[in-house]
Amino acid sequence: MAQRILIDPVTRIEGHAKITVHLDDNGAVSDARFHVVEFRGFEKFCEGRPFWEMPAMTGRVCGICPVSHLLASAKTGDAIMAVAIPPAAEQLRRMMNLGQIIQSHALSFFHLSGPDLFLGFDSEPSQRNVFGLMAQDPDLARKGIRLRQFGQEVIEILGGRKIHPSWAVPGGVREGLSNSGRERIRAWLPEAKATTLEGLSRFKGLLDRHKLELDSFGNFPSLFMSLVGDDGGWEHYGGHLKFVDSNGQTLAERIEPKDYRTYIGESVEHDSYLKSPYYKPLGFEAGLYRVGPLARLNVCSHMPTPAANQELAEYRERFQRTAHTAFLYHYARLIEILCGIETIEQIIDDPVLDSHLIRAEAGVNSLEGVGVSEAPRGTLFHHYKVDEQGLLTWVNLIIATGQNNLAMNRTMLQIARQFIKDPRNIPEGALNRLEAGIRAYDPCLSCSTHALGQMPLIIQCVAANGEILHEIQR
Amino acid sequence: MADKTLTINGQVVQAQEGQTLLQAAREAGFPIPTLCHLEGLSDPGSCRVCMVEQTGSSRLLPACTTRVSDHLVIETNSKRVREERRKVVELLFAERNHVCAVCVACGHCELQDLAIEVGMDHVRFDYDHPDCKIDLSHHLYGIDHNRCVLCTRCVRACDEVEGAHTWDVAGWGKETRVVTDHGQPWGNSETCTSCGKCVQACPTAAIFIKGMTVAESRKHPAEIGFLVKSREHLHCQD
Repeated sequence: MAQRILIDPVTRIEGHAKITVHLDDNGAVSDARFHVVEFRGFEKFCEGRPFWEMPAMTGRVCGICPVSHLLASAKTGDAIMAVAIPPAAEQLRRMMNLGQIIQSHALSFFHLSGPDLFLGFDSEPSQRNVFGLMAQDPDLARKGIRLRQFGQEVIEILGGRKIHPSWAVPGGVREGLSNSGRERIRAWLPEAKATTLEGLSRFKGLLDRHKLELDSFGNFPSLFMSLVGDDGGWEHYGGHLKFVDSNGQTLAERIEPKDYRTYIGESVEHDSYLKSPYYKPLGFEAGLYRVGPLARLNVCSHMPTPAANQELAEYRERFQRTAHTAFLYHYARLIEILCGIETIEQIIDDPVLDSHLIRAEAGVNSLEGVGVSEAPRGTLFHHYKVDEQGLLTWVNLIIATGQNNLAMNRTMLQIARQFIKDPRNIPEGALNRLEAGIRAYDPCLSCSTHALGQMPLIIQCVAANGEILHEIQR
Repeated sequence: MADKTLTINGQVVQAQEGQTLLQAAREAGFPIPTLCHLEGLSDPGSCRVCMVEQTGSSRLLPACTTRVSDHLVIETNSKRVREERRKVVELLFAERNHVCAVCVACGHCELQDLAIEVGMDHVRFDYDHPDCKIDLSHHLYGIDHNRCVLCTRCVRACDEVEGAHTWDVAGWGKETRVVTDHGQPWGNSETCTSCGKCVQACPTAAIFIKGMTVAESRKHPAEIGFLVKSREHLHCQD
């Protein structure tokens, strides 16, 4: 008899979601789905507002990555005003985005996935959280928390607050970087770098221990997309879009952000509020592409800073030029943190930051604008249409997590087939691996990390007629 | 002018004839919150935020329009007054679409300050969520009816201080709106001098400078009173 296993809610992710695993008459896994069960509606209720309010308004999409929305929205505003922002403003925006990538990646690696990675996927569930990590390895946990704090401090020093700064605006930024702020960032950089290198070293040491997960967590060929710089290198703020296939061959490159709709289609599925974008030229099924740290490292030719580039070389040595397994999102995250720290080291000494020219002013000069930046989880698109007075008439947002939706579904299926053999005797570690498969993508489904560890997890085996055959509650 | 003797919060207070309860109370050191009142402008007594309690009367009195008189016994901060004020502020929030977190006046808004002052930790009434428009047709300023509390400070500043009378009030009940030139888009107004007094007088971000982003709008409503006082001083010299 066909059965369904339900994991609701998925824990240690940002937002609310559930997983269902479908079993066929023989008890074998036939399908697995990741459902996002919350609805936000920003695309609709922002209509009618002035476009210059959008950076701070869309920042409220998320408490973890408000900076990503702030920047993508400010860039969209730049496009509507048709201005080139002052060089100092671009450097400052870049620094804030790197602070955001560092803090979000540190949160994902140390707080959310660290318990699985360092304590083990089958470890005691009551201890498998950041507090358990603190108990076992307080030094590492403290350093991880400090690393996240560094990223948050960069955001606060620039924007006045850690969460929801209203700092980036159409045309530039509202405040420059103070000398004292500059010194605080500079003084913290060595510690942040040392922690990242230690994290990298520790993670590499775990690869053999997690061989099975490495092979089964979303290990399948797919397309990848990200921003890259003009020289093909890793990029997080400017540049242009590039798609590569599972062998690393270029499918499309030098795509101007404003042309994204030529390449990206958006599909809606009946069982999730998350959109499922796909690479349009190949259609919905074959057009599955991934974004985020794994994709960025697959798409770029090199990292723009020396230590990160050296790490990338080692990473490619281990996993070939184009890595397929989602487990490596963790590894890629650490390399990106390193790149972020090295880049801030360069920006902090840039004399352009002394300029008082940080905000261009203009009215509506274009009735449409697209803004793209790399959020920690992948490429983020904001696209607005306005009337001649600047009131929004249409809004489209493509969030990084949505672009990984199809891949997360496929990852669930792969993990379920690998770890669920007998539906009447499902080990807790198998359920945790399903969740960990989602955590590898670090999906950001809404606004906060209020799910640290101890939310209830209920798994039900439901017969085709709706009868609950088996239920496990954590 | 003859002095009047009244009691405010148990303290005997001397006030000049013609003064309002608001003036007398403030001079005696008893703060009373206000919203539609603005120094330099006439008082319509419409927002009902400054209501005070008169001992022996079931009716509350608006402090900004009630003149002092002998033997009045007034409570400016009784439990009943505090509850009524909070209710008034809650109704203002429920009536339109005030979203402080993403408002350009956040942190510099009289309505927000008032909500904090009266202890409004939540709104007990259902929000009306009206479909309000924004007019950005003026080349410098915008009017967002979502944030308007109908205090009419803009109307009075424009009429009494600038002398343009561009602003007025139109409609009834929930449909009431401040309008420019009988409902013409602000940008088409032939009477508006673009002086910006309405912007400064507005206690919220209903009237704002275009391009302001969240929490950037800082008003200077005291400038209106300063302007009026300066003129009075000049007239005295004449």
